[in-house]
Amino acid sequence: MTTNNYGLDPVLEMDFDQEVERITTRMREILSQNLHRRGFVIAMSGGIDSSVCAALAVKALGPKKVFGLLMPEKDSSSISGDLGSLLADHLGIEYTVDNIAAPLEAIGCYKWRDDAIRQVFPDYSTEWKNKIIIAGGIDGQINHYKVVIENPAGERFEEVLPLKAYLTIVAATNHKQRIRKTLEYFHADRLNYAVIGTPNRLEYDQGFFVKNGDGSADIKPISHLYKSQVYAMAKHLGLPDPICNSTPTTDTYSLEQGQDEFYFALPYRKMDIALWCYNHAKSASELADKIGIAEKQAAYVYQDIKAKRKTTKYLHLEPQMIEKVEL
Amino acid sequence: MTAVATNQESLLRNFILENYLFTDDQSKLNNADSFLDTGILDSMGILELIYFLDEELSIKVESNEMIPANLDSIDNLLAFIAKKQA
Repeated sequence: MTTNNYGLDPVLEMDFDQEVERITTRMREILSQNLHRRGFVIAMSGGIDSSVCAALAVKALGPKKVFGLLMPEKDSSSISGDLGSLLADHLGIEYTVDNIAAPLEAIGCYKWRDDAIRQVFPDYSTEWKNKIIIAGGIDGQINHYKVVIENPAGERFEEVLPLKAYLTIVAATNHKQRIRKTLEYFHADRLNYAVIGTPNRLEYDQGFFVKNGDGSADIKPISHLYKSQVYAMAKHLGLPDPICNSTPTTDTYSLEQGQDEFYFALPYRKMDIALWCYNHAKSASELADKIGIAEKQAAYVYQDIKAKRKTTKYLHLEPQMIEKVEL
Repeated sequence: MTAVATNQESLLRNFILENYLFTDDQSKLNNADSFLDTGILDSMGILELIYFLDEELSIKVESNEMIPANLDSIDNLLAFIAKKQA
């Protein structure tokens, strides 16, 4: 096996030439035999997952059969758009930029969210920035959520979110992923293409996606790869440095928000190892040694992995039928 | 068990039975059953339960109290409530 480990932990090393070949072969097979479509539509956030998926799609079919979409909104970082167009140019694919702020405004996304934040911070106004952070899991508690806001003077305030406010904020912001998916399917229908979903293994396993939003797709080419493997593959595929070196963010809230703040118990490199160890029945003490945390905390991380699988099982389910209908 | 505790027990049992198991059949829930292990509640369900405790019994659950030992069964809940109200 020819390996270039790209700084990967040995348990996550792989032969990237072989893996690219395997994925792109399957992408062609699935497209022609299962989906019967002529190409791929890919939404490009500028993040590592969608960038690698776009590059794999181009490897599989060539640039003329891949259509890219950049869909910024009011809270998107301007860097995301820059990285998205940098990637599209690098890959030589056709793409369009559709700003989705107006449709989101029209269906009340921002208003519902801001009203919910005002349940906790009555003075909050649209000029302020916001984000949600997760708490509890890493300390053995039930996961719960806090809202962080920042006023124009740069002062930050943080409060635990009551359940109803939390659910409303998440429901409102989920509009973003769902509107994007609507546009992806518009272009897929128009071109007779299939839609690529871009979750990595951590996101897929732990349910870090919006049902009928970014969770909806015809094919998910990297859902078996740990996040650090996706970063390594980006380097292997020769993607531009600013993409290979980007930090994973949700790009959903106006304050900068790491994925580990919002959802995962640990930063992704450690979280990858934790999930790998959990999947390979390693003890909490082995995990603790491997990533340099206390054994008690490692046990909490395992507990959190299990809890998230359970809580998000619903996201993976197809519509449940009373009885099987033969087709 | 005092009358208050009996009322709390039936309030909690009925909340779980009606909202998570969609039944009034009391035999479907044992007081020692772990909500999480049996799959009756997931972590979002526990957050709903915390909301219920606040609304119905005026019991505020602090972040450091949001642990399964306090909230994961009817027995655990009754012991937790008794401690909070002591």
